[in-house]
Amino acid sequence: MASTTSALRRPGSGATDRSRRGRPGGRRPALQGHQPSAWYAVPAFGFFAAFALLPMLLVVYLSFTDWGGFGTPAVSGAGNWSRLVEDPEVRASLLRTLALTVLSWAVQTPIALLIGVWAAGPQRNRAVLSSLFFLPLLLSTAAIALLWQALLDPNFGVLRTLPELLGGGLNPLGDASLAIYAVVFVLTWQYVPFHTLLYQSAARGIPASLYEAATIDGAGRVQQFLTITLPQLRYTVITSSILMLVGSLTTFDTVLILTNGGPGTATRIAPLYMYTTGFSGFEFGYASAIAVLLLVLGAILSLVVTRATGFRDMSSQQEGA
Amino acid sequence: MTGGPRKRLLLATGSAALAVALAACGSSGPAGAGGGEGGGDAIQVWALQDTVLNPIEQSSVERFSEGDGGDASLETFGNDPYKQRLRVALGSPNAPDVFFNWGGGNLKEYVDAGQVADLTATVEEEGLDEAFIPSVLEAAQLDGKYYGVPMRGVQPVALYYNKAVFEEAGVQPPETYEELLTLVDTFKAQGITPIALAGSQSWTELMWAEYLLDRIGGPEVFQAIRDGEPGAWEDPAVLEAMTRIRELVDRGAFGSDFASVGYDVGGASTLLAQGRAAMHLMGSWEYVNQLGQSPEFVERGDLGYVAFPAVEGGEGDPANVVGNPTNFYSVAESSDAKETAQQFVATALDDEQYVDDLIAAGDVPAVQGVREKLEQADNADYTTWVYDLVEGAPSFQLSWDQDLPAAQATEMLTELQKLFLGDQTPEGFVQAMSS
Repeated sequence: MASTTSALRRPGSGATDRSRRGRPGGRRPALQGHQPSAWYAVPAFGFFAAFALLPMLLVVYLSFTDWGGFGTPAVSGAGNWSRLVEDPEVRASLLRTLALTVLSWAVQTPIALLIGVWAAGPQRNRAVLSSLFFLPLLLSTAAIALLWQALLDPNFGVLRTLPELLGGGLNPLGDASLAIYAVVFVLTWQYVPFHTLLYQSAARGIPASLYEAATIDGAGRVQQFLTITLPQLRYTVITSSILMLVGSLTTFDTVLILTNGGPGTATRIAPLYMYTTGFSGFEFGYASAIAVLLLVLGAILSLVVTRATGFRDMSSQQEGA
Repeated sequence: MTGGPRKRLLLATGSAALAVALAACGSSGPAGAGGGEGGGDAIQVWALQDTVLNPIEQSSVERFSEGDGGDASLETFGNDPYKQRLRVALGSPNAPDVFFNWGGGNLKEYVDAGQVADLTATVEEEGLDEAFIPSVLEAAQLDGKYYGVPMRGVQPVALYYNKAVFEEAGVQPPETYEELLTLVDTFKAQGITPIALAGSQSWTELMWAEYLLDRIGGPEVFQAIRDGEPGAWEDPAVLEAMTRIRELVDRGAFGSDFASVGYDVGGASTLLAQGRAAMHLMGSWEYVNQLGQSPEFVERGDLGYVAFPAVEGGEGDPANVVGNPTNFYSVAESSDAKETAQQFVATALDDEQYVDDLIAAGDVPAVQGVREKLEQADNADYTTWVYDLVEGAPSFQLSWDQDLPAAQATEMLTELQKLFLGDQTPEGFVQAMSS
């Protein structure tokens, strides 16, 4: 994220950048008089309208209907919405989603950050180990979920072979109070490599001169990490966090295959509840209402994160932007 | 969720969302839109994917096309994508002419929406009501009219047990529920899980609910619930069946790990085959499954099977069975080639070759009088037992999740899984379902 040059600038110098953008004479005189026409955006807007806006509008429309899948949807007014407000399972599934999101973030961020910074180092053995760390990135979600389901199987999985080590009789996927942690664990295994990759590349962009100066000043490794690495990676932390938060909000496939929301409803997160309502119960109208709720929550969440972290100012950190 | 091969179910659900997206784009094959040429119209037949049965169905479709009735073509889909696609396709211009279904409440929703053609005249003219086992044919009968004709084998649920484990313990398979409870204590004392249960998938738990409810309350309770009669869920039989489930769980009948045991990956079946569990309540496909997964276990003659035990004082006939009576072909009301389609469903399973092919594949067709044929085929002991079980059954209750409207079925499966886990009480179950 942060480029080499931006790293040299002190934090909080965004204002200078903005002023530069408006500077008369600009940095790219060659482009003057050749501003791209707004028409260039038509294909992109066309795609966006056809594959994002239109389906969204259809879902909003469906949320005001009763539709079992056949025939014409019958408009039912706000029926689905009042049911949504009263349905205890909606609240419960949102709380599960929230728990999953917070846990995933809290567990994945430190792990990915530490591995990423470590893997950014120059030694050769790190390159080999790093490529091993990134292995889960190559597997499909279905394969990962099926793999862990088999490994965590109480009768034939690894937990059976190490029961003494783990306190004995541990059955994470079959225990309603443990299942969510099992899901977080599998998600962590699956996504940490991706975020590690982000941190690795960002950490490589931090100029060595900063560390050299710090070493001369007598700063230790921990101090260097806290005062140089971490601040330099702040935009990467934000990027990675937004990806995690929004990703967790829509996590679906792993949970579907790993636990299918079970045992009972212990891991029935909101997107899964929407899926079950729509594609098992065939209440497409009500499922659409849940979908709209998720859409709104997702949009709010990413706006809040963006605002709260000043993420939108990031582009101004780039030289020449 | 019930019906068809289980192993593909998992992957099918995984790709369901994608399949729906693709279905919306409409890639209909040679649909029934073609006008009549020569002997009849072109019809499109939709069925569920099955590596063993699809070629048999394909050749039946080809034999039909060779005659002068009309041209038929077969298109197959995975379990969940099929259910989703059929819903949206019926009544649209892309509807199939003939479609596969499970009968019961599953079919009723389509009938109520006016999407299914009445086949009563065809069934009676062709004498199909005599040709099929009555309790099976009944699953596609609504308000005295026939809406479907059987097209695959019967799949009753039975109690499988490990004969070696039973012999070692010196006990006999249960004939009554009391005996079952005693067996639970016996095996538990020996450190063997009394009953294997793939509880991570709620349809396996449903089999217990269905049989207990049938034995206690009889088929009328199911009927009342399916018909949506007010207070049907509050029938004392429902509460008693659910109470007995809790009793079984609390007694340790299913061990302590059942909530994460799966069927698709072979969990429960392997426990039975390895003798780590003594009994397993499962659909008739369990035999073929065991034959594939643990052939030595079956070939040693250790796989035993009995009907579900009787419950003392219950109103249901102990000869009743639950499961999938069979699968049906139905004709879409909107079909342009309804006559050809009716012609096709009337001749499909009535065809000698088709029945022979099904038997050779290890299926037990719902046709009357095929017992001799079964006796001459492989695994005759088992297939004739299944045949007799079904033929002698006064009632064949379709899997409850298929028999109920989809929304209710989904809720019921959730509540049931909570009941098994102890997160829901029998009273709470009744209350949740009747509200």
